[in-house]
Amino acid sequence: MRAPPLLELVDLARHFPVRNAFGRRTGWIRAVDGVSLAVSAGETLGLVGESGCGKSTLGKTVMGIHAPTAGEIRFAGREIGRLPRRERRAVARDLQYVYQDPGASLDPRWKIVHSLHEPLKIHTRLSRAEREEQVRAILTAVGLPDAHLDLYPHELSGGQQRRVGLARILTLRPRMVILDEPTSGLDVSVQASVLKLFRSLQEAFALTYVFISHDLAVVRSMCARIAVMYLGRIVEMGETAAVFAQPRHPYTRSLLAAVPRIGGRRVTLDFALPGEPPNPRDVPSGCRFRTRCPLVQDVCATQEPPLREVEDRRVACHLA
Amino acid sequence: MTELLSVRGLSVDFVTDGGVAQVLDGISLDVGRGEVVGLVGESGCGKTTLARAILGILPAGAARLRGGEVRFRGADLLRADPVAVNDRVRGRAITFIPQDPSTSFSPVFPVETQIMDLMRWKSPRAPGGNARAPRWRYPRERYRTDREAVLETLRAVQIPEPARALRRLPHEFSGGQRQRLMIAMALLPDPDLIVADEPTTALDVTIQAQILRLLRELVKERGVSVLFTTHDLGTAHELCDRIVVMYAGQAMEAAPADVFFARPAHPYTRRLLASVPTGTGEIRDIPGEVPSLVAPPPGCRFHPRCDYATPECRAGRPAPRALAPDHEVRCHHPVDAPGGVDA
Repeated sequence: MRAPPLLELVDLARHFPVRNAFGRRTGWIRAVDGVSLAVSAGETLGLVGESGCGKSTLGKTVMGIHAPTAGEIRFAGREIGRLPRRERRAVARDLQYVYQDPGASLDPRWKIVHSLHEPLKIHTRLSRAEREEQVRAILTAVGLPDAHLDLYPHELSGGQQRRVGLARILTLRPRMVILDEPTSGLDVSVQASVLKLFRSLQEAFALTYVFISHDLAVVRSMCARIAVMYLGRIVEMGETAAVFAQPRHPYTRSLLAAVPRIGGRRVTLDFALPGEPPNPRDVPSGCRFRTRCPLVQDVCATQEPPLREVEDRRVACHLA
Repeated sequence: MTELLSVRGLSVDFVTDGGVAQVLDGISLDVGRGEVVGLVGESGCGKTTLARAILGILPAGAARLRGGEVRFRGADLLRADPVAVNDRVRGRAITFIPQDPSTSFSPVFPVETQIMDLMRWKSPRAPGGNARAPRWRYPRERYRTDREAVLETLRAVQIPEPARALRRLPHEFSGGQRQRLMIAMALLPDPDLIVADEPTTALDVTIQAQILRLLRELVKERGVSVLFTTHDLGTAHELCDRIVVMYAGQAMEAAPADVFFARPAHPYTRRLLASVPTGTGEIRDIPGEVPSLVAPPPGCRFHPRCDYATPECRAGRPAPRALAPDHEVRCHHPVDAPGGVDA
């Protein structure tokens, strides 16, 4: 078996209230609705799904940006979902979050050196010289020359800004990094450079990644294990190679079938998944995917399928 | 195939604070009748500028035409009377599908108002001719016929309950539905050519697959030509008959889609195809960065990043040459060609 998990989620839920113009609550958006998973130290877990499936909300809830509505978040053996603010802040050293464009979170009026020192000032008691040493080491690790320390963000290219943003997160030597759509909007050649960088950093700093993405090809090349989400729940979770080779949940099957592939027959000629994901305010009864599922049965409307073990993985489908 | 659109040696400069950027540099491109041509390239390569130049909607202050022509049905649009182009070509013979449908609708008017406003001016039944004639009147009979056509086209793009959909505001539609409305609006004027600028980039994969399929079926059924710009080689493969690759303002390679994916000849094209993630887990990027267009590298614009660069590539700019009647490449050492370098 694998090592004890670094991160463990137990029935984690995050609901957002929907209010009308008078501030009265008229419903709930169940963005994350009962997710359980475990991430071992050193691995990369891919979290995939279409927009609105709750994958970013899940990442932000783990990170403490949203408070969980229900359930537990255990990080390194400790429940962190309901810590007081001061203690929660200490966890932030070990658990970091990377937004889509980490370069955009640099202060335009600060030199790079200033931005890189800031996290160390907040979270450590290192002396100025010790900080300086660490900052230079990190800068080398992300592939930038020391000369860049005295530049302002606007003097760097977008790709270099991105590297500085990552360096800033890594100066604290976190154990786990949540990457939220880190390559969306990038050209393939740039995307390849960024993915390579993530890999080399993972090796250099023994990082554990949760890789949130809607891009299945990227997840496939980066993650050993993936979890597929639909409307706030995990529908399938397992080894990436096995899931891609033989998806068991009908949603995973459609999702994989929809990805354009270069060479061979056009996939859109055979693709048939009707409709769009329902509004998360108004989740269908029973199985959440049944309104679009090609295999739907009577039981799907009445009973919500649990995420159960099916051979080498977990699947939430009555028919798997 | 007879050429519908033929761009010849088009060069466009942009005046920026940092100097004059050569955003398009001697681009040539053909679109035949009923053909779907993919214009593939990374951000900043000039594909959107080319699309806008064809539509004649370049920003007037910053963009400067250096040379070349855009021939559409035989006439040069760049030198034609602008009033006539606006009257008969833009929005009628050539229509446009934007990347982000949510910013292309006004949020405050129902969809019906916006589509019927389009039809008033650009419907195939709207009178052409002198733009100064009082055309603001919308004769009732034509309104009725046009509205019927709108409902029929909305059914064709699979909008459920079209008559009710028309009364709704744009925000009441999902992203996929809004893109369907945009496709309907591009088809309604009965165009010869649709310029689609990354129409599926903002959509999820399952919705993207639906839209790509719909678009392909509709244009093939109606015999409309499409110029489809994208940075995603996968969607280009799904939709296009022929593909043109752009890099730093130049067309690097043009070939039929099957040849393009099976036997790419330009080193840039090969690196671009190789950087698409595959199941093997190996990741290959293109080292270096896209060059500045204010001071592009001398010789071949790709040579600083090219594996096969020789002194010849640094000195002289390669001219486009034909490897096969339908396969053109701008490179001194195309791969697989006689005298080329083996990969």
